[in-house]
Amino acid sequence: MNSPSTQFVSSRRMGVYDPIQQINMWGESLKSNVNLAASIPLIDEAEIKFDSQSEDASHGMLGTNNKYDQEASKPIDKIQRRLAQNREAARKSRLRKKAYVQQLESSRLKLMQLEQELERARQQGMYVGGGLDTNHLGFAGPINSGITTFEMEYGHWVEKQNSQILELRNALNSHIGDLELRILVDDMMNHYSEIFRMKSAAAKADVFYVMSGMWKTTAERFFLWIGGFRPSELLKVLLPLIEPLTEQQRLDVCNLGQSCQQAEDALSQGMEKLQQTLADSIAAGQLMEGSYIPQMATAIEKLEALVSFVNQADHLRKETLQQMSRILTIRQAARCLLALGEYFQRLRALSSLWSNRPREPA
Amino acid sequence: MDKVMRLASEKGVVIFTKSSCCLCYAVKILFQEIGVSPVVHEIDNDPDGREMEKALTRLGCKAPVPAVFIGGKLMGSTNEIMSMHLSGSLTQLLKPYQTSSLS
Repeated sequence: MNSPSTQFVSSRRMGVYDPIQQINMWGESLKSNVNLAASIPLIDEAEIKFDSQSEDASHGMLGTNNKYDQEASKPIDKIQRRLAQNREAARKSRLRKKAYVQQLESSRLKLMQLEQELERARQQGMYVGGGLDTNHLGFAGPINSGITTFEMEYGHWVEKQNSQILELRNALNSHIGDLELRILVDDMMNHYSEIFRMKSAAAKADVFYVMSGMWKTTAERFFLWIGGFRPSELLKVLLPLIEPLTEQQRLDVCNLGQSCQQAEDALSQGMEKLQQTLADSIAAGQLMEGSYIPQMATAIEKLEALVSFVNQADHLRKETLQQMSRILTIRQAARCLLALGEYFQRLRALSSLWSNRPREPA
Repeated sequence: MDKVMRLASEKGVVIFTKSSCCLCYAVKILFQEIGVSPVVHEIDNDPDGREMEKALTRLGCKAPVPAVFIGGKLMGSTNEIMSMHLSGSLTQLLKPYQTSSLS
C-alpha cells in the first residue's frame, strides 16, 4: 500500500529552492497510481532537509519510499541527492560571500572614519614623533610650518652642538690659553641663546608642541619641566664637576641654586593656577548643555597665557646659564659647558639604547 | 598715571596685577617665598583700570602686568624680576621689607 505519509519527506533543510524540482524528485520516486496532489506536503524550504546518511533510520524518508519502488529509483535518488547537496553547498557559499562582503564594507567605513580623525588631529596640531631617535612613529607631515621649521633647525642645532662639544673637549685637553677658550665658551653660550630663540618662535606656532617637549628624545622628556630642563636640577648635577671652587664661588652657586628653585616653584604654582582656571572655564555653565562655544572662547584666552609661561621658563634657563658664566672663571665655565653638553648627549644615547633594547617575546 | 604713582609709593613693595593673570600669581608666590608681603592692586577690578593699564604701558611695562614697584620705583615685569632674583639683587632690594625670617 502506498500511503501518502510514507511519501512525505520530513527531513530538514534539503535546501531546495525549486519547488517544481522537488515535486519532480518526489514524482520520480513514486510510481504511478499515487495521487501527487494528495501526497505532496506543503513545502517549507527551511524545514526540509536532505539527510543522505540516514536513509534507513529516518521516518518517512525516501528510503521508505524506496521500499515501494526500490530498484528503479536508486540511481535517480543518488543523482537527486547530489543535486540537493550541491544546492546546499551553493547556498552556504553565497551566505559566506555575503558575510565577507559585509565585513569588507564595514571595514571600509571604519577606515574612512579613521582617516578623517587623523586629518582632524593633524590640523589641530597633534604631532607624534619628531625626536631624533628611531623611537617615534613618525607622522612626518605636520601642517604647522612653524613646527616643521623648528624640527629642521633643531636637527642642525644638535649637530652643531656635538661638534662644539668635541672642540671644547679637545681644547681643554690640550692646553690652550684663556683667550681662545673664551671664544669657544662664548660660541657655546650663543648657541644656547639660539635654541631659546627657536623655542620662542615654535611656542608661538604651537605652544603644546613646546610644552610637551615633542622634539626631545624619550629620556630627555622624562625630566621635562615646562618645555625643557629644570635649571636647579642641572646645577645640582654640574656642581661637583666644576670643583675646585673658591668659598665665594661656592656660596654664589648655592644662592643661585636656591633662587632658581624658588623661581621654578613660583612658575610651577602659576602653571597649576592656569590649569585650574582652564578647567573651570571649560566646565563653566551646565556641563550637560551640549553646546560649548562661549566656554571655548575663554579657554582659548587661557591657553594663550601658556605661551608666556613657556617663555618665562626658557628665560630662567638662559639666565641661569649666564649667571653661572659670571660666577665661574673661564676655565671653570668651559668645563661646566662641556659637562652640560655631555650630559645631554648621554641622555640622548640612553634614549637610543632604550628604544633598541631587545624585548621579551610576548 | 597719578593714581598708579600714588599707589606705587604708598608701600615699599607694590605689584599691579590682573585677577585672571597666572604669571602675576607666580610673581606673588615668589615674593612670598622671599618673605615679603607685597601690596597687590588688581587693575581689572579697579574702576580706573583702563587708565592704569595705559599708565603702566607708558612707564615702560609692556605686559602691562605684573608691574612691580619697590620703594616707589618701577622694577619691571616678570622677566626683570626673575633676572634680578637669580642675580641676587632682588633679595638685596627687598631686605628692608621682609616680614618673615628665611631659612
